[in-house]
Amino acid sequence: MKKLINHPSDVVLEMVQGIVAAYPNEVELLPDTTVIVRKQKTNGKVGIVSGGGSGHEPAHAGYVGKGMLDAAVAGEAFTSPGPDQVLEAIKAADSGAGVLLVIKNYSGDVMNFEMAAELAEAEGITVEKVIVNDDVAVEDSTYTTGRRGIAGTIFVHKIAGALAETGASLQEVHAAAEKVVQQVRSMGMALSPCIVPGNGKPSFVLGDNEMEMGMGIHGEPGLEREELKSADEVAEKLLQPILEEGVFKTGDHVAVMVNGLGATPLMELYIVNRKIQELLKEKGLHMTKTYVGNYMTAFEMAGCSLTLLRLDDQLYELLQAPCDAPGF
Amino acid sequence: MNLTTQETIQWIERANSVFQEKKDELTELDQVIGDGDHGINMARGFQAAAEKLQAGSYATPSDALKDAAMTLLSKIGGASGPLYGSAFLKLSSSTKGAETISFDQFKEAMSEATDSLKMRGKAEESDKTMIDVWGPFTAYLQVQSDVQPDEWIEKLADAKEKTKDMQANKGRAAYYKEKSVGHMDAGAASTYYLFAALAEILKERGE
Repeated sequence: MKKLINHPSDVVLEMVQGIVAAYPNEVELLPDTTVIVRKQKTNGKVGIVSGGGSGHEPAHAGYVGKGMLDAAVAGEAFTSPGPDQVLEAIKAADSGAGVLLVIKNYSGDVMNFEMAAELAEAEGITVEKVIVNDDVAVEDSTYTTGRRGIAGTIFVHKIAGALAETGASLQEVHAAAEKVVQQVRSMGMALSPCIVPGNGKPSFVLGDNEMEMGMGIHGEPGLEREELKSADEVAEKLLQPILEEGVFKTGDHVAVMVNGLGATPLMELYIVNRKIQELLKEKGLHMTKTYVGNYMTAFEMAGCSLTLLRLDDQLYELLQAPCDAPGF
Repeated sequence: MNLTTQETIQWIERANSVFQEKKDELTELDQVIGDGDHGINMARGFQAAAEKLQAGSYATPSDALKDAAMTLLSKIGGASGPLYGSAFLKLSSSTKGAETISFDQFKEAMSEATDSLKMRGKAEESDKTMIDVWGPFTAYLQVQSDVQPDEWIEKLADAKEKTKDMQANKGRAAYYKEKSVGHMDAGAASTYYLFAALAEILKERGE
């Protein structure tokens, strides 16, 4: 393992301290936690709280800022934070109008955030939650854990955050966030594994000439492992299962995110995006807004994910609204 | 059985030593069909719990178990934090007020803890989770009239081994679908070590 760290057990705390040091006027760390919160609170605004395991930077602390999150909880590497930390985030984000929790659909995240919501309700704070499950690589089933939440989560942050700034109610913000979950789909792929600092070993092995389609942001298995293809072919393979969902119809307006997993150069992401845009035109979809960059990473994993969000007037307007979060 | 407060603390300390020792083994199990952090998380959580109990002073086993629960809840993290946290909270609330935990109280507490795991994890037996050790072990205890530490360890080991043949429906292993068959569940393995540690303590004092 070759990493720029001091000690594996200190990575999360030292990272959040570094974030606060970078944006001292905008964010602060809640004492004795790894919760990053906005410095300036708006009274009566619905609070938006997200979080999860660390290793996905800039998710989630990078999305704390005006127009997006009020608080982000950083768990250990790839490990959901405990309910006590989430509760502190909820309390900090609440200014009387209630709090929306944005949760990615993983067993640990759901359990910890739900326990925190119960504790917050017991303290008199109204909490709603939205569970993001945009990864089309996983079969959707109520019998199992279901689909994973990946880069589509960023759009939920953006839309919910922007609507909350307008003074909308918790119910309205919750409904908009749910709408994003209904209309967002993602698909990822990996070229090489990542290493969790405390573990020191790669999370899986891929041959020199192999890639895995549908791999999750913690190295969870995807749809198939196959011979490495060109960027254009990968772009097609990412888009196809998303379009097969039936969410996107000819003539729809969409927002596109080509997200890097940590070790993939922007050059390659732009090359993938070039083909994606060409394919979208062919399918009769109107690209309204595109994001290319590292939004939801997996340490030093190489690869990318594609996210499509179907836009209506409300979502388009909220997507365009100003946002100060450093990671967006 | 009549587990004293001191023995309850010893149990958590013993479990901590075992998790420190088995950290890599649990992490490797989790790496095959999970996200490779179970050993790290259990070692961190139980170390914090052991330190907390060593520093505290407790009138009853229930008080010690409550502090253990709150520490595990916040320090293990991931899915195992709320699961072990909920289970220990039940062990505590179910035995509240008792100066020592009798075998009958332990049986009832284990039954309540297993139910709370199923509720929190939205999982049942055969989903290939820690419930596949908690469930069968609790069922075995219900029909026993006294503590047989060696038999406990046998039953626990047997339940843990059986998770190898199961296909995962819950937790991250579920993404592996049929490929999860053939590998032991990491949470089942950590549950084995937790109660094997208790069995060892009961055995050492001659049960």
